[in-house]
Amino acid sequence: MKLTGIREAYGETLAALGELYPEIVVLDADLSGSTKTSLFAKKFPDRFFNMGVAEQNLMGTAAGLAASGKTVFASTFAIFASGRAWEQVRYSIVYNQLNVKIVASHGGVTVGEDGGSHQSSEDIAIMRVLPGMRVIVPMDGKEMQEVIKTVVKIPGPFYIRSSRVKFPLILGDDYKFELGKGKILREGKDLSLIGCGLMVSQCLEAAETLAKEGIAARVVSLSTIKPIDEELLVDCSLNTGGIVTAEEHSVIGGLGSAVAEVLSEKSPTYIVRVGVQDKFGVSGSAPDLLEYLGLTPGNIVKAAQQIMEHRSQKTIPVV
Amino acid sequence: MLDTVQIEKLESLAKTIRVDILKMLNNASSGHTGGSLSTVEIILSLYFHKMRHNPKDPKWLDRDRFVLSKGHGAPALYTVLARSGYFDLSELRNLRKLGSILQGHPDMKVTPGIDISTGSLGQGLSMANGMALALKLDKRPSRVYVLMGDGENQEGQIWEAAMAAAHYKLDNVCGIIDHNGLQIDGPVNEIMKIEPIADKWSCFGWEVFRVNGHDFREIIAALDKAETVKNKPSLIVARTIKGKGVSFFEGKVEYHGIPPTDEELAKALVELGIT
Ligand SMILES: Cc1ncc(C[n+]2csc(CCOP(=O)(O)OP(=O)(O)O)c2C)c(N)n1
Repeated sequence: MKLTGIREAYGETLAALGELYPEIVVLDADLSGSTKTSLFAKKFPDRFFNMGVAEQNLMGTAAGLAASGKTVFASTFAIFASGRAWEQVRYSIVYNQLNVKIVASHGGVTVGEDGGSHQSSEDIAIMRVLPGMRVIVPMDGKEMQEVIKTVVKIPGPFYIRSSRVKFPLILGDDYKFELGKGKILREGKDLSLIGCGLMVSQCLEAAETLAKEGIAARVVSLSTIKPIDEELLVDCSLNTGGIVTAEEHSVIGGLGSAVAEVLSEKSPTYIVRVGVQDKFGVSGSAPDLLEYLGLTPGNIVKAAQQIMEHRSQKTIPVV
Repeated sequence: MLDTVQIEKLESLAKTIRVDILKMLNNASSGHTGGSLSTVEIILSLYFHKMRHNPKDPKWLDRDRFVLSKGHGAPALYTVLARSGYFDLSELRNLRKLGSILQGHPDMKVTPGIDISTGSLGQGLSMANGMALALKLDKRPSRVYVLMGDGENQEGQIWEAAMAAAHYKLDNVCGIIDHNGLQIDGPVNEIMKIEPIADKWSCFGWEVFRVNGHDFREIIAALDKAETVKNKPSLIVARTIKGKGVSFFEGKVEYHGIPPTDEELAKALVELGIT
């Protein structure tokens, strides 16, 4: 399968948009080579500000620029963008609904070897909880390009998760991103596999395996986690027999939680959440970590089987 | 330079503002008395003398900006904005009430004339820097003023921002410290020493001025000088008295976050010459 760089897609698209939108200003915190804002910096040095290793000040400065009419892209690693500067994001940016797009690289656990200090399994939860914040986790490089081209035109704050590792290319050239809309990538009536980011391709792989067992799984990419596509989720609940969510994030507060929140109120069904099980990451290669933390197509298949096995009963047994 | 008539006008206005503040705090039954009263001359000097702004057009792109980083001083700013004509004086009676345009801390979304929301200490200077960078990119001559507390200077983010303003040579930024020596739990230098505060800012690359923060002549002279500083930001350390203007509030740490009672208000008004 062809791989696409997520952060590369961000950096290249941003540098290209710089031409069309003179109001774009980009901030980074000494990680521009990693987040790929360096591509913009090289082309538009006057509109790029390296804030040094000072993420709180970065977010505050972004707010001030946005309050003066700029479209600000603010980048650093996901854990620091969301965690270190959470309260600045909350009050300086989101409270004021300012036009700041936080594009946070090295989301999730595929940061790999740097270990638990640099991995981020909590960012979706703590960004999603902010009133008026919109959260997007693109599934491949093509989607990242489209997301950046879309959000530049929509005022207000966004949190967009980027990644160190490359993701398999899923989408075709004609793909258009629509904020707040999930996408059915494969039809199936037995259950739905709903993923975001890297886990979308894992869901597709899992669906292949399940098909061989005679289980027809629908695969949905839910790249916009907020605002969430309630209509599609209810449709999954009504027209398929259960849901597996898959995310490179804690099962607490992320995509799985968001899906469960909607469906427990609107259309209850079985939901099994594949994700990081309330754990910190450790050092390791990205593939080893996905295995270690239970984020593989195999884990999704197992979750699907669990639902298939028990959905005629009232409860899924506690393990 | 200001002539005596101008000074007298500002001084009389300062009294009016103090009366407004005390009344609105008493009416709201909550809010920050001490740290509002200490800022009166500073904020008045900005809005009634130094800043280019237009109450009829609060979003005028060429206006000077003001960031009240010590957002709990909002009552002082609100009264000055009302007296400038940004909104009706009657709004002051709605301070901190549900649905009011006057939130407990400054809120750009609902109050005309507020350039950015504050209240979470330590965030103001970063936002002021962002505005200053944008103004420079757009080649606008406007300046950005940001008023901080001395206790607030204990926040790490302020020093990140202090470094950044000097690094980016933001000579359109003018910081002011309301140096009243008190914070909530006690005197600043007993809680967490910030001295020598002027030296610290100067080490961080700022041009530093010291003034008596209740003397219009000194404040305005420093604001004028700050405007001539090139290639670096300026900071004015304004020596002030917390609770200034009401003898029984002055220098009293316990009047940080409580409003005047009816009796205190009556006594204060007598002191301020209102009967
Ligand atoms: C981040 C943050 N922490 C705590 C508070 C609560 N708080 C409000 S005022 C204050 C003391 C501020 O002292 P100083 O800056 O000296 O203000 P002043 O004495 O001039 O009122 C504190 C701790 C806050 N508003 N923001």
